[in-house]
Amino acid sequence: MSRVQKRLTKTIESRTNNLLKVREFVLEAARAFGFSEEEASKIVLAVDEACTNVIKHAYHYAPDKTIQIVIEPNKDRFQVTVIDDGKAFNPSAVKLPDLRQHLTHYRRGGLGIYLMKSLVDKVEYKYSPGKKNEVRLIKYLSPTTSNARG
Amino acid sequence: MADFKVHQRDGEGVSVIDLKGYLDAHTAPDLENAFQRLLNDRKYNIVVNCKDLSYISSAGLGVFMAFVEDVRKNKGDIKLTNMSAKVYNVFDLLGFPILYEIYKDEQEAISRFREQKKP
Repeated sequence: MSRVQKRLTKTIESRTNNLLKVREFVLEAARAFGFSEEEASKIVLAVDEACTNVIKHAYHYAPDKTIQIVIEPNKDRFQVTVIDDGKAFNPSAVKLPDLRQHLTHYRRGGLGIYLMKSLVDKVEYKYSPGKKNEVRLIKYLSPTTSNARG
Repeated sequence: MADFKVHQRDGEGVSVIDLKGYLDAHTAPDLENAFQRLLNDRKYNIVVNCKDLSYISSAGLGVFMAFVEDVRKNKGDIKLTNMSAKVYNVFDLLGFPILYEIYKDEQEAISRFREQKKP
């Protein structure tokens, strides 16, 4: 199975109607890299959650800001970086809720970050005050996540 | 936007909401409006048929969380049916099967409401 290792970037305006474009962009790259449909759709959802967080929490729904999505495949590592220059927000500092406790109290916040962390192998966050924020989502290709059969 | 549609069907004592397409942060308000209309009309027995739902993110899951408490306070429920494996996996990852009744088929959910109504 030949894996596509090309670096790809896409820049969108910070509006929720652009999430569909982001998902299509990531899905195509994840498939080309060699992920199975199931694993590709997990990466797509994780990136959707990261972009939604930026729109909501970093930009507070301001529609004229930009979000850059950078895909960097490297050997068996598929990395998607979501970059914004809004308010710093660190998903890795959010304590994962006790899900059962959380749900039985009908709380809706924090579900996106929980999903992000469950769907990929690693979530990293980088920011410097006054500069850009970066959320990196990393997933590894393995015999169980690949679309190669046999 | 044509990427998500909500359609409501009212039967005897049970309202069915059909979801079609992609439920994300952009389209979640459409589902919120549909639930709000049901609550305004005091329709608390709700079945959500997910047969044509292709995608759900946490913004969509959050809508169910936002309304289920009010619905249950009024002795109703939100029951989910006909999910694809892909959509079910997202619900499952967040532990939703603990909180929601999920059925393979719409009729099963409707029958369950009718049984629960019996004295």
